[in-house]
This record gives sequence, structure tokens and C-alpha cells, in this order.
Amino acid sequence: MTVITMPQLGETVIEGTLLRWMKQPGESVVLDEAVCEIETEKVTAELPSPYAGTMGPQLVEEGETVEVGSPLCEIADASTPSKAPPNKPSEDSPAKSPAVEEPVVAEPAHAGVSNRRLEERGRFYSPVVLRLAEEHNLDLAALSGTGIEGRVTRRDVETYLETRTPEPPAAPTSQPTLAGAAAATVEREEDFETVRLTPTRKAISANLLRSTRESPQAWTMIEVDMTRVLERREEQRAAAERDEGIHLTLLPYFTQAICGALREHPELNARWDGNELQRFRSVNCGIAVAAPHGLVVPVIRDAQELSVIGLARKITDVANRARDRRLTVEDVQGGTFTVNNTGAFGSIASKPIVNYPEVAIITLERVVQRPVVTGGDAIAIRAMANVCLSFDHRALDGLEAGRFLTTLKERVET
Amino acid sequence: MTEMTVLEAIRTSLDEEMAEDDGILVLGEDVEAGGVFRATEGLAKRYPGRVVDMPLAESSIVGVAIGAAHYGLKPIAEIQFADFIHAGFDHLFSEASRWSYRTRGDSWLPMVVRAPWGGGVHGGQHHSQSIEAYYSHMPGIKVVAPSFPADYHSLLKAAIADPNPVLFLEHKRTYRLIRQDLEAGPAEKKIGHSRITRTGRDITIVAYGLMLHESLAAAEALGAEGIECTVVDLLTLQPLDAETMLEAARATGKVLVVHEDNLTGGFGAEVAALVAEHAFEHLDAPVRRLAAPDVPAMPYQRAMEEFFMPNREKIAEAGRALAAF
Repeated sequence: MTVITMPQLGETVIEGTLLRWMKQPGESVVLDEAVCEIETEKVTAELPSPYAGTMGPQLVEEGETVEVGSPLCEIADASTPSKAPPNKPSEDSPAKSPAVEEPVVAEPAHAGVSNRRLEERGRFYSPVVLRLAEEHNLDLAALSGTGIEGRVTRRDVETYLETRTPEPPAAPTSQPTLAGAAAATVEREEDFETVRLTPTRKAISANLLRSTRESPQAWTMIEVDMTRVLERREEQRAAAERDEGIHLTLLPYFTQAICGALREHPELNARWDGNELQRFRSVNCGIAVAAPHGLVVPVIRDAQELSVIGLARKITDVANRARDRRLTVEDVQGGTFTVNNTGAFGSIASKPIVNYPEVAIITLERVVQRPVVTGGDAIAIRAMANVCLSFDHRALDGLEAGRFLTTLKERVET
Repeated sequence: MTEMTVLEAIRTSLDEEMAEDDGILVLGEDVEAGGVFRATEGLAKRYPGRVVDMPLAESSIVGVAIGAAHYGLKPIAEIQFADFIHAGFDHLFSEASRWSYRTRGDSWLPMVVRAPWGGGVHGGQHHSQSIEAYYSHMPGIKVVAPSFPADYHSLLKAAIADPNPVLFLEHKRTYRLIRQDLEAGPAEKKIGHSRITRTGRDITIVAYGLMLHESLAAAEALGAEGIECTVVDLLTLQPLDAETMLEAARATGKVLVVHEDNLTGGFGAEVAALVAEHAFEHLDAPVRRLAAPDVPAMPYQRAMEEFFMPNREKIAEAGRALAAF
């Protein structure tokens, strides 16, 4: 018997939740085959078996959270990291079958390639099927397919959509509220709903608590004229959409200006590490992403080197992967500063909490058309946005924060 | 009611245009006597001095046409079989295709090169080839490949009116095979437009020339089996009407492109690439190309020719597999 333990997926990770078993006792397991799916505060990952053998008893139940290093399951007859057996010449190798001479035709070869892939893939969803499923919020696993090897075709999805009976409106259920926190004092169970905290939620909780407990945070806000940025975005938007397939938002412009300002004021591009402050030349810019399972902050490395389009592409990429839970451990580590596009929620002012151990966090609030007094007595309508900064007052003072914001404002407005 | 063959439609178009414009000149091998397919029959008598026999040298036919266009005439060169056009490749590629580009549009080269192409006539290696892929790779030359008599009639007129060099491909198998009432059929008047010839919700077949007719026959057969096909007649290969083709591709999510040219680097590769690039989210199956195998040329022997060329049965078979995917 050999034991597989909870791996450490990330440097500060101490525990993980077993989401589901992918192998049942008695099933054979080959080297690197996934045995279960694990969720940690940072990532969700399948756990490849380090051994080949037969699946033994499962020591942890689905949904259970255990510490790193805890035994998860046993593998019987485990052959320790064995390599795949040397390839024997396959029976249908062309060298062995010269008897039948067929004309060389390109198309069967092509057909062969696609069929083999299909078998390897198991359940394959075509682009249009995936798109329809997303548009109509369908669980494709529930559909039966009429295509090759049971593939769900576009027609299957369309037929399903035409024939399904509309779901009755969901009965009002009690919403998860803060009442849950005081659950111990509430006697009747039907009065509230207990929401089990996911690892992501626990991580958010721990990080924010630590940040507010350990760092005295000051807050400041400036207003920035976004008119020029909007103009530039308008100039580039169509080309970005056409050539890059990117929906260009204001965030990459704002992020680029931040990177420039941070290079001039590295006091804010830093991490507070116990008794010392680490200032960085490169900007590893965290982008707060509101994923369905909670807030995550993927990091864009060397963001100061990227163009607006480059940043837009990166932001889109990490945001998509954050929503799909496809971030890797590397994606969420090593940030030096964090940007939060709170304007996307309609907010016009917010007080962010520093993403510990970074020392500052900034928000871009909603852009609104406002009358503004410009040079002399003139009043003009300008696109204005508030920019809010929270910073760790241990690491820097209002002077540095103010200088940084002044530089940022200049960069955004010119 | 004027039902015509492809050949008659072409001859009528030439006749009508020559009557209108004294500058139009027909050049080619045996064209005074009507040409090997009789496309220019009667024109030498009706327009004396404007239908000129040329030596058996395609580079000079194309070269003289370029010169005549520079001189202000509107030459229509006939290549006896498209298979021989490559002797004029350099003239078309290095000179004709670039003329207006080189002169920044100060000068144009209005000329038409007519070339009977394609197989299915037991013409063997030198009278059956598909040449469209080579010439569609030249921005600066328009490549037209109609399928129906009404389109041959109207698009040849458009080619003559065009200020750019136009390669006008005539599928020789369809010359006398396909008949149509010119007034009744839809006639595309613009180079660069494709047409959705038939609409069905299951698969989209893209084709041109003889293969368009074979695709329509296959679509008919598949329809009887409950597989409904959209069929796109490309009409012009360069510049390609990508939007119409993509619209048809998106509508079904399954695309089969058919040509009798061999597979690798054929025009179907361009179609497949465009669909993958611009209709990816709508695809429900990999784009399928049905083409001749990668062997050097169309064979002469009947069974071998049938093996080489796609036809309605092969198209229906590929369509069935695609619909089932």
C-alpha cells in the first residue's frame, strides 16, 4: 500500500478541500492519471497519481477539508514511478502489411486523424454547442447526443431548447445573510440557511482580516479627467476588436498609467515583509476579478513592459481564467500592487482594503459626465472619474501617496 | 425565352459586347475559325480584323493582350485549354497583376483571359487541369469561375467592363451540358459576389464550376434522406465574397468545400481557413474538404478519372458523414 497525500498547491497554502473522487476503490490507476479534484484557496486542480496501481480505500470524503500532507487515499500494488512500457511495434504498422496495396488518397488519412482524436477526447463539445450552452445556461452533461459517438450536436441543443418546458420560477428561499455568523444563537433551523464556506471564501476572509488587523490603512481620493483616455480608446477600439478580438475597456489605459507612476514612485510598488520593506522595480500588477466563486486577484507580471493592447489581452486572459477557475498557482502569487475596477459595479467612491503584504491598492471608479470649471471661468462637460487609494501607513505617508497620485493624474490626463 | 448552353451564353456575351465597343479584340489559337470549342464562331466574319489568330504560344497570347491593353484596346485572349496558360504565368503574375498597383492607379490594364478548365471529359493530363489556385493567389487579377449560363453571360460582360485583368474560367465539361433560360435564371452582374443557391439547415456545401452542379445534385439526393443542404456558388474566387460564404457557414455550422483541383494548397484551403478564422464560434464540426487526391494530374483512363474527380456520390457521402458528426 502506498498513500497519496494532500499536496501543497502554493506557498502559503495549508489545507485543501477534496471536491470529488475521480477514481473508485478497485479501479486501476495509471501513472499521472487524475484520482481526485482538489480546491484550495488559490486554485482548483486535478491530482495526478504519482503511482500506477489499483485504487485502494478513500480516506477523505468528498467536500472534506484537510491539511496539506494528510493522507487522501491508498494505492494498492503500486509500482513506484514507473515509465510506460516500451512501445511494441503495433500490429497495424504499415511495415507489416504490404499485402494490400491501396492508392494513396489524402482524405482517409485526414478522416482517421479526426476520429482518433474524438475517441481520445471522450465527450467533445463543438464551439457552437459551447456557445449555445453558455447563452442559454445549459448543463450539457444533461443532454443526450445524436452525433458520432453520442456527441451533442448543435441540432441536439436546438431541439432541447425548443422542447424543454420552461422552468417554474424558483420558490423564494432565504438568502444567505450575516445572520449566519450568529447562527449559534438562533434555535429554529428553518429561519436561516447555513452556507458552508468555500476555500476561496475562507482565504478572502483570512487575508482581509490580517490586512485590517496588522496594517493601519489611510485612504485618499482624487478626481481624474478621463476625457483623453476615452478619446484614445475610441480611436483604438474598432481596430482592437477587429485585429485582436479584444473588447477594449478603460482598465488597460488606467493600468498602464499606474505602472508608469509606480516606476517613478516605487514606495508604493512594494511588499511589507515583517520588519523590512521590499521595493520592486518591476510592477507585478494584481487585477481584482469578481469571479462567481469569489474575489480573486491574478497577477500580471512585468506589467510596466506591456502596451495598452498587451495589457488588455492579459487582463482579458486572466479574468477569463479566473472565472473558469483555471488560474495556476503562479498566476496568483508575487503581486506588488493591486488595481480594482470598482467602477464596473457602478461605484463612484470606495475604500479598498490593501492586499496584504502589498502596501497600496487603487480603484478606478465609474466615469461620469460632469460640468467642470476649466481654465478661467469656463465650464465644460468632462468625463470624470474618482480614483481611490488605500495604503499601509506604516510603509509610507500621505506625501508619497499624494505625489504618486499627482503623477498618475498627469499620465491619465495627458 | 432564350435557353442557352454555357457556350452559347459566352458567345452571345462576346457578340453583344463587340457590337457595342470597337476596341474589343479577340486573340487566340484558331479563334477566327471559331476556336476549338466554337466559342468565337461567327465573330471573325461579323467583326473583320478584330478576331485574330495567334501562334501556338500562350506567353505571346497573354503578352500581346497586355500590350494591346496598354495601347488602349480591350483584348479578350482565349487560351485553348487552361492547362497551357502557365506559359503566360510570368506575364500575368509579374506584369498584368501589378500594373495599376505599380502606377498607383494612374494606369489600368483592362483585359480578359478566357480559359476552359476542368476535367470529366477524358482529356487526360493536358486538357483537364484545374488552375484556379495558382491564379487566385495573385492580388491584382480577378478570377471568375461561374457555373450557370446566365452567370457566364453577365459576368463575362462584367469582366470586359472591368479595368483590371480578369481570368475568366469556363468549365469545359459544362459547355454543352448545362442549359438555362438567360432571362429566367438569376444573373450575377458583379465580380466579387457569391450566391447562396440553395438553403438547408444541416450542412453547407461550397463549390464552383462543375462541382457546383455535382453539389446541387448531391444536395438533392441528401434532401431525400432528410439531410438539408445549403449550397454556395462562389462565382468569383478572387476577390472572394467571404461574407456570403461565412453567412452560409454560420447558418449550419458544418461546412464541406468541394473542388476537383487536388487537396493540398487548393482553393478549399482558403475557404476552410476563412471559416475557421471568422466563424469558429458557430462551427459544429471540423471544416471538411473534398478534393482530388494529391497526384500530379488528372488521369485519362476512365476509371482512373472517376477515381480522381469528386462527383455527386462522393459529395453525398461526405455530406452524410458531416451531417452525422
